[in-house]
Amino acid sequence: MTLPIRFDDVHRSFGEKPVLRGLTFTVRPGEVYALLGRNGAGKTTAMRILLGFLAPLGGKSELLGCDSRRLTPQVRARVGLVSEGHALYGWMSVEEVLAFEAGTRARFELTKARALRERLGLDPRAKVGTLSRGQRAQLSLLAATCGEPEILVLDDPAMGLDAVVRRDLLGVMIDLLSDTGASVLFSTHILSDVERIADRIGILHGGRLLVDATLDDLKGRVDTCFVPNGERAALERDVPRCLAAKPRVGGHELFLVDVGDDTRRALVRFGAQAPARRAPALEDLFVELTADARPIGAGASTAQESLEVLR
Amino acid sequence: MNLRIDPASPEPIFEQIVFRVKNAVAQGELGGGDRLPSVRELARDLAINPNTVARAYETLEAAGVIVRRQGAGCFVSERGSGLATSERRRRLDELVDRLVTEGFHLGYGARELRDALSERLSANPLPSKRDA
Repeated sequence: MTLPIRFDDVHRSFGEKPVLRGLTFTVRPGEVYALLGRNGAGKTTAMRILLGFLAPLGGKSELLGCDSRRLTPQVRARVGLVSEGHALYGWMSVEEVLAFEAGTRARFELTKARALRERLGLDPRAKVGTLSRGQRAQLSLLAATCGEPEILVLDDPAMGLDAVVRRDLLGVMIDLLSDTGASVLFSTHILSDVERIADRIGILHGGRLLVDATLDDLKGRVDTCFVPNGERAALERDVPRCLAAKPRVGGHELFLVDVGDDTRRALVRFGAQAPARRAPALEDLFVELTADARPIGAGASTAQESLEVLR
Repeated sequence: MNLRIDPASPEPIFEQIVFRVKNAVAQGELGGGDRLPSVRELARDLAINPNTVARAYETLEAAGVIVRRQGAGCFVSERGSGLATSERRRRLDELVDRLVTEGFHLGYGARELRDALSERLSANPLPSKRDA
């Protein structure tokens, strides 16, 4: 089976600064993969390497089984790209962008693109330079999806867009997925969209994936629990499978993975009620997992082991 | 049918859909032969991944709640689960066991549990019994 997307131990640095340090993950056919990470975590770098715009310094990535450094026009034609900032020529009109895109693709549903353009209320004669950010995003996604790509790569498509436009963009993506079963890799920082659409998420941190898991798996395995007693370092050290302890009024909130009897016993020792099954919001989990400069006690090794389990 | 889901809930989205559909049938909002929205329509409507809707429909089909008719879509099954009587009974006992156990740990006794079940059934009566 040819995997749509594969990263294998990819390394890349800029000058002295390492950005990717052994990035490894795959996107399976028909899967929607959300790549999360803080600003500067390396999401855009990873996508540029995947698309062959940037060479890795170690390891390799593949698109549809083809090494990213040697992509053929045939492979490129099967991939749709929505870049950060929605790069389009400002002097083209909306209609010209669609016609231009149609000319570069083996397959392009121009009729469908025009119908969608109409539904989104984009004026065909408007120059790209005069469009709002949201309209540019819509046009850019329209151009990318109507080429019926087998793989859609989106670099933070929702950046700077309001909820209404984001919902329209999600709709266009959902239609593509329904019609073609395309695979999608997208980066974002809007986690509510991730919860709606992603099959699998990867959290990029420190140049590697901290988490590589299906969303359902993550939801089912991570719990939170409020603990009134104990210091942060002691909690992170002494509560088995505690990923992080977050200071709250009157105690700490613990992020736990795969809670077992040993965890429960430790929680009781620190004065907690039985741990309520209450999975954290993805947003909270993300912030905790990517928080830097946490004091690293003996417990950190346990947390690190837990994270290994989630990869 | 008013299908509401909460993407941020710890319960996986596909399980939420499965339960909402089962619930709509048990409340009589959906009857045998009623057509469900297509995967594409429902995915669009809820703004979620069509793979998730497809997975929910597969689960519902396997449980005998809906049937898929080639080219026509998914419909609420005219008949019940199709499971053997002994298996249906085993699953019911399992559910009752769960109810009693969890209810006890919430601090309820036998009479309160019995009352809660009767109250629920008289407040929201079930539609006429489905044939297995």
